[in-house]
Amino acid sequence: MSDGFIELRGIRKVFSGVVALDAMSLVIKPGEIHCLAGENGSGKSTVIKIMSGVYQPDGGEILIDGKPVPGMTPIGAIAHGVQVIYQDFSLFGNLTVAENLAMNVHLGEKRRLMNWRRTRAIAREAVDRLGVELDLDAEVASLPTAGKQLVAIARALMSDARLIIMDEPTTALTRKEVETLFRIVRDIQARGIAILFVSHKMREMLEISERITVIRNGRKVAEGPTGDFDEALITRHMTGSDILSEPYVWTPPSGPPPVPRLEIRGLAVPGKCEGLSLAIRPGEIVGLSGLLGSGRTDLALALFGMVPRYEGEILIDGAPVRLRSTQEAIEAGIAYVPEDRLTEGLFLPQSIKRNMLATSYERLARKLVIDRDRAEEMTQGMVRAMQIATPTAEKPVMQLSGGNQQRVVLARWLLTDARVLILNGPTVGVDVGSKAEIHAKIRELAQHHGLAVLMISDDVPELVQNCNRIVLMHRGRFIEDLPAADVTEETVSDRLKTFT
Amino acid sequence: MALLRRSETVIAGILLLAMVLIGTINPAFWQLDNLFSLMRSNVIIGIMALGVLLVLISGGIDVSFPAFAVAAMYLTIKGMLALGYNGVVLPLLAATIMGLLFGAVNGFFVYKFRMIPLIVTLGTSAMVRGFLLGVVGTSMININKMPTALIDFARTDVISVTKADGTTYGLTAMVLIYVGLAVAMHLVLRYTMIGRSAYALGGDPEAARRAGFDLRKTIFFIYCVAGALAGFAGLLHSGMIWLANPRDFVGLELDVIAAVVLGGASIFGGRGSVLGTMLGVFMLVMVKNSLIIMRVDTTWQLVVVGSIVIVATALSAWRDRRRTA
Repeated sequence: MSDGFIELRGIRKVFSGVVALDAMSLVIKPGEIHCLAGENGSGKSTVIKIMSGVYQPDGGEILIDGKPVPGMTPIGAIAHGVQVIYQDFSLFGNLTVAENLAMNVHLGEKRRLMNWRRTRAIAREAVDRLGVELDLDAEVASLPTAGKQLVAIARALMSDARLIIMDEPTTALTRKEVETLFRIVRDIQARGIAILFVSHKMREMLEISERITVIRNGRKVAEGPTGDFDEALITRHMTGSDILSEPYVWTPPSGPPPVPRLEIRGLAVPGKCEGLSLAIRPGEIVGLSGLLGSGRTDLALALFGMVPRYEGEILIDGAPVRLRSTQEAIEAGIAYVPEDRLTEGLFLPQSIKRNMLATSYERLARKLVIDRDRAEEMTQGMVRAMQIATPTAEKPVMQLSGGNQQRVVLARWLLTDARVLILNGPTVGVDVGSKAEIHAKIRELAQHHGLAVLMISDDVPELVQNCNRIVLMHRGRFIEDLPAADVTEETVSDRLKTFT
Repeated sequence: MALLRRSETVIAGILLLAMVLIGTINPAFWQLDNLFSLMRSNVIIGIMALGVLLVLISGGIDVSFPAFAVAAMYLTIKGMLALGYNGVVLPLLAATIMGLLFGAVNGFFVYKFRMIPLIVTLGTSAMVRGFLLGVVGTSMININKMPTALIDFARTDVISVTKADGTTYGLTAMVLIYVGLAVAMHLVLRYTMIGRSAYALGGDPEAARRAGFDLRKTIFFIYCVAGALAGFAGLLHSGMIWLANPRDFVGLELDVIAAVVLGGASIFGGRGSVLGTMLGVFMLVMVKNSLIIMRVDTTWQLVVVGSIVIVATALSAWRDRRRTA
């Protein structure tokens, strides 16, 4: 077993009495693409921090090239060629690409003066080494996420890296960008540099990696060549149980077709999208996909009253409505769960209760005073119904896991008696177990409460799994309306790839 | 194209437009003596603005510098009178060091307790002003007691012109000091690692820490330099107006911050340049000066400066949002 570049042997890490890692072992061979899979809270980030010297293990040892390295520090890890690319990339948005790339070299040499010509030369070399096109004089903040990631990768490669650890690298990328990233990753591998992918997206792991290690509750539960795994198996290891995955079926009731819950006729947002017509009947879950900038988010925002100058007609249960503000949208029975629930939807330091009731206070305070008993009752009911893992509804939302946070947002909208639910990337950044539970909740809402659901997502499997129809959007128009029964993930993915 | 996109070009364009406009309303604006007097009014605000620029770039804010300036000025002149010393270099050095020490107190609280700079500098500002008036004194020192060396120094002109009617006017040499300090600040910001660390800190403090910047050094440097520039400007100011008033500079923080923001520095940190700041200072001074010439009441001048802060901040916030979109 000493053929690894870096090896963790029986690592144990305890945080104030809580065991984060126990008897954790991991071997990464030189030049391999390895995947570390696990749900949120399984100990993935602790593993990264141990390997990069940020945390000291409480037991076990780290070996590099077969030799034990006691007392690993962040600087020691870098000296051994271990580089981490964090999810937020750790870049300076206000500085140019060149300065971001050269910064570490300058700091490493303990320079006092800034030599701009040398900065450019260092940056040019780094970009050339990666073999990509990057405008060295561009401000990093002006780059798309994929561009920022390239800067972060180029910077990691500069320091004679032997292992690059990527923490959830595909989270904010579109499918096309993920493919570019994978090409670069294989390219890096061809130079003998190992890559550790830390992820919970199974399809991507299976696509890119050569070996997979799965951890659960701080322990390694499975390890082996990627060929030995499939999605179901990884899921079983990650969650410790099987997850049901039957596609969603919607059968129209017999008799005359029901009035659509939500109908749009010739909807247009000037400069963003036009000529959009769509009807969603009670119990339907309609998927909506398209590249970033296809106008899908503009459509969602218009439906939620955030684009007052939209054109065309919106009907709820057959009655035309005019949505000039979110207030009017909520009153019309529309609920919107935004893409970035962290910044758009939740008040993180506030309690679960306050977050759930955020849109219901108007109804709770009919006579200017909040009906506390009713508020308590509503919150308790929702915590139970949504199975939010918390001892009390007074807990701040930021202490919950991603999946539980998403459930709080859903609960908030259910309390407003919404009839139309618009979900934008409902499970971005949520782990497999929670994802399945959120999907089950959404299906239940559609099936048993007669909601009309519009699910916007980049996650093709998610759409194929949960929608009875999938609409594809491109350059502000609906291109196709596919019954889910007739499509597979491949056909949808292939269709999306033809859009440029 | 790159030149057109730069904030400085835009500000220079607006400044030129404003000058043409003011010149049309009041042709006396373009007369040399008016321009000289305008440049003279730039010196003190400008030197203080250089310090505020540095603080804003690092993502902080400083409202304590007028208090530091007045304290350094009044203490130095009191000291000179008590010792019977009449010189220029040593007193300026003393005022600068006093400002630096006051700034270090700001730096200490901002770094050590991770406190919001606005609160820290509001607090130190009130304390310094209170101590000065309560302990040192409240009486003005005017022309008959002011050290003559300071006044003579501040009266030095670079250019002297004699008008047709025999009166002379000139461009004060203090402008050279201002420009010199500005060039130095530009070099520090652009060509030293400590200058770049201010930008890094203002861009993303967490990333700056991870990259291995010594943030303690950076934060102390920033607030010390801001304090030192304020102390220096304070004493220079008293020499230029022949008066040491312990209640001076009240409300000046608004003017200076307005000028720096007008010059394109981001109130959220990470962006700003010396050239932009100098243009911003010139524009603010010119607008205030024109209001005086047009006999606009001082209360209305406050309204104008207040709206400049709001509009300039809104514009720069809008610019930053567009860049990151």
